[in-house]
Amino acid sequence: MSLKREGKLTSSTDHLRDTQAARPPRTSNWLAFVSFAAVIAAQAYAILTSPADADMGHLQKIMYVHVPAAWMTFLSFFVVLVFSVRYLWRRQENDDLIAASAAEVGATFNGLTLMLGMIWGRPAWGVWWVWDARLTSTLVLFLIFVGYLALRAFTEDAQQKAQWSAAVGAIGALNVPIVYMSVKWWRTLHQPPSSPETLDPAYTLGLRINAIAMLLVLIYFIRRRYEIARLERAVEHMAEAAAMGGG
Amino acid sequence: MKRGWIIGGAVVIVAVFGWLLFGGLEKNVVFFLTPKELLAKGNDGIGVPVRLGGQVKPGSVKWNAQTLDLRFTVTDGAREMQVHSTGAPPQMFRDGMGVVVEGRAGAGGVFEATGLMVKHSNAYRAPKPGEEAHEKYKTLIQQSTK
Repeated sequence: MSLKREGKLTSSTDHLRDTQAARPPRTSNWLAFVSFAAVIAAQAYAILTSPADADMGHLQKIMYVHVPAAWMTFLSFFVVLVFSVRYLWRRQENDDLIAASAAEVGATFNGLTLMLGMIWGRPAWGVWWVWDARLTSTLVLFLIFVGYLALRAFTEDAQQKAQWSAAVGAIGALNVPIVYMSVKWWRTLHQPPSSPETLDPAYTLGLRINAIAMLLVLIYFIRRRYEIARLERAVEHMAEAAAMGGG
Repeated sequence: MKRGWIIGGAVVIVAVFGWLLFGGLEKNVVFFLTPKELLAKGNDGIGVPVRLGGQVKPGSVKWNAQTLDLRFTVTDGAREMQVHSTGAPPQMFRDGMGVVVEGRAGAGGVFEATGLMVKHSNAYRAPKPGEEAHEKYKTLIQQSTK
């Protein structure tokens, strides 16, 4: 497995083979294995053991991905906030790369939340989408971070990229508490969060272990993305150095 | 100069956030009105497009499968309003369920709905002994593949 990975890495830096090759950072395959195994086990447990909901039958099972995905979205963007502020404070490249990695993973979970919500909404509510405060603010959150990633893609200068995206990331993350509170502040079609009082104990454990499994996936994704981002940055630095030195 | 911009930006963000928090939007971002609120508008509430939400009053549902004619009463506990709709309702529609209808209130006091949505609560529970879970998705799939 590690051979295969190293093969991949060298092929992406083929043109730099003669220059001093950057040591690829050690990657964490065990975490990939553990986190995806945890998701499969947690999903299997939840799906196989929980009874059909009295109102919506087995549609309730969507909860085991939709809800953890929403929580992971919030968590990712909180990481973006922390590392964006830290970047603005200390101006260190790594903080910027961690924030960007978390933003990319967060946007993925955000998209997953929206899609599963729509798939759930059609049979449960009768509609794919409504413009209530919860759905709208969640879509806005998604668009902010898609914009964040577009901004990074279109900005050449690394320092400018880091500064601008830190500002967008920190401000964009302020939308997270708005999304979370939207169902409490405003009257929406989306229901307020369930609590152990409103959730049958038959579903609680399944939801919790799926949240933990998804958290492991989140950590793995952000870490892996960060390693790749550092590698990309190392390649850029080497290319720059090569160009400066007359190639 | 640069610091000034950052502080200015921070002040604007905090102000917007505070405004959101302390009710600036509270009255505007309402996805639906309750029967009590709609009736309180009097004539201003008649004939204008609006969403009405509440609970389907138990025992009020009259569904004619031949003509696809649906009549029921929406209640918020205080006031209630009769609703007329055409077409098959969402699978989860039934007595006592939360519901949001889109349409206009008629002069006769009957709300003419053009759209019907089920509003689910945040409660999930297994069926009680002897009760059967509603397998909504099965009928939905059957319907859409017909």
